[in-house]
Amino acid sequence: MAVGVHKEATNSQPGLARTGLSDLSIRNLFIIPTIAFLACMNIFPLIWSLFLSFHEWRANLPDEKAVYVGIQHYRDILNDPAFWQTFSLTAQYVLYAVVGELVVGFGVALLLNREMKAKGVITTLLLLPMMMSPAVVGLFWKLLWNPGWGIVNPIFGLANDYAWLSDANRALWAVVITDIWMWAPFVMLLSLAGLSAIPKHLYEAAEIDRASWWFTFRNITLPLVTPLLLIAIIFRTMENFKQFDMIFTMTGGGPGTSTEVHSIRLYRMAFQSWDTGKSSAFAYILLIMVIGISMIYIKYLNKIKER
Amino acid sequence: MAAVVSKNNKLYNQLMVATVLVVTFIMLVPIYWIASTSFKSYNDSVSIPPTVFFEPEMTGVVKVFTKRTILRKDPSPAKLAKSAWYEKIIFKAGEKVLRASAFPSRLWNSIVICVVSTAIALMMGTFAAYAFSRFKIFGKDDWLFFILSQKMLPPMVVIIPIFLMYRTLGLIDSYSGMILIYTAMNLPFAVWLMKGFVDEIPIEYEEAAMIDGYTRFQAFWKIVLPQSVTGMAATSVFCFITAWNEFALALILAPRNVQTAPPFIPSQVGSGIPDWTAIAAGATIFLIPVMIFTFLLRKHLLRGVTFGAIRK
Repeated sequence: MAVGVHKEATNSQPGLARTGLSDLSIRNLFIIPTIAFLACMNIFPLIWSLFLSFHEWRANLPDEKAVYVGIQHYRDILNDPAFWQTFSLTAQYVLYAVVGELVVGFGVALLLNREMKAKGVITTLLLLPMMMSPAVVGLFWKLLWNPGWGIVNPIFGLANDYAWLSDANRALWAVVITDIWMWAPFVMLLSLAGLSAIPKHLYEAAEIDRASWWFTFRNITLPLVTPLLLIAIIFRTMENFKQFDMIFTMTGGGPGTSTEVHSIRLYRMAFQSWDTGKSSAFAYILLIMVIGISMIYIKYLNKIKER
Repeated sequence: MAAVVSKNNKLYNQLMVATVLVVTFIMLVPIYWIASTSFKSYNDSVSIPPTVFFEPEMTGVVKVFTKRTILRKDPSPAKLAKSAWYEKIIFKAGEKVLRASAFPSRLWNSIVICVVSTAIALMMGTFAAYAFSRFKIFGKDDWLFFILSQKMLPPMVVIIPIFLMYRTLGLIDSYSGMILIYTAMNLPFAVWLMKGFVDEIPIEYEEAAMIDGYTRFQAFWKIVLPQSVTGMAATSVFCFITAWNEFALALILAPRNVQTAPPFIPSQVGSGIPDWTAIAAGATIFLIPVMIFTFLLRKHLLRGVTFGAIRK
């Protein structure tokens, strides 16, 4: 392992008389367990599922021999219109949810960015949704969306037979709104950090120049908050792309396949149809997409950190 | 911009504060609704239109902790006098308590798995963070990237081979299996967050200690660890919450005896019209620790959700 070969860190201050473990061995003792453990729990399984993705095999029939099928599974999935439908559904969900979170979260942050009493308490109260279990949030929003005894319809003055989760056209919107409720606070938190870091004298200067609200917003606020907003966007895109819990407990992917984002489709393929080989291939296609998003994310995070 | 408050836009400012209060109120309605539903009677919970004002009762809370059956005939006065308070509540709802439900044991499973996995992740994470913070490591950024990338993997993607691996090793539905997977889930986070905290401790402290004859390990143990107690507390609360809230892995890897609370609560919905009072009570009890921890963590939330990148 590359960790072990670098010599620079060994007792770099030779003038000091020291006993005990050398820096090198401490460093290895401290790091190698973590790396080895993560490799066992994540890398090894991924290699296994890469192998499976080239085979026809069902996990509920473990005694049958795995048959090598080459890239057949990948070809089947990419040629299947249902896959592209799931993909477009997921893309829609991610897009609507992230845009909604951005608008609501940044909006609330602008409102909150002033001197007021109990600001800390209010901010923390607003942040509560994002700390909750997505599975439990999905479950109790199922109650709120109920056309009869839920509270969404009465609040918006809709009739008690205006269905949300059982209507194929509206279920996705219900999911998106729930997601915005839960994660707009995340965007708010990052935006607040950005807003409070803007030097006050910039606004004072703008006020002296009698700059309009819009001019100040566009030329001072927005450019200075943008780096943090971008972090929020990339992070939420990635997390929503992986979303499973909330949609699973709220709609289970239904009605029909109208909220079946690809995590749920993958779950159904792997643990209900037990189509292990094909679902491994599906998982790999998703993995490549997530790696793409997370590379952008981590690069960006490092850039922010260097400032 | 309103960040600068001058006297003549005081009214504007008050208007904005009022808007903030309204928004906060709207955001909290769902949480209030789930908490209040757990104190409603069954009829209040499914009334159309929904009841906002109601007489609170404990039926839902008792229901989530008990297995019940329909009461065939009213209990005799003597039996009624002997029965415990929770049995009386259930009699009133027209049911009879058979035995305790699985809910307490599911909560206990959650607590055991989350506490142990958090402790392990914190320990390994702190060690690794110290090494990454203080020593020169060949390809340090690449290693850190590798560690963080583990956090980015969608659970549904890794779960198929993990499931097979666990089945081969007999780890399905076991405490050790769940603890291992939650440790792996939280470890990258613990390393990153702790590295941020350790970076903030001046290296001079350790150097001074080592000049005084401490070994490197003693310096770490007696100087750095006590200095990073706040960081360790924040990190462990974050790890605990992440594990406490986790659903997908638990759903597949712990289907029966060591099932945790998140998969248990939705499993009560079943078919037909669910009893929302019981589900809401379960959800509320489950959410209380998270709410308390959120308030304790409020100063570190930003840092936590960005893996320690933004410190403020």
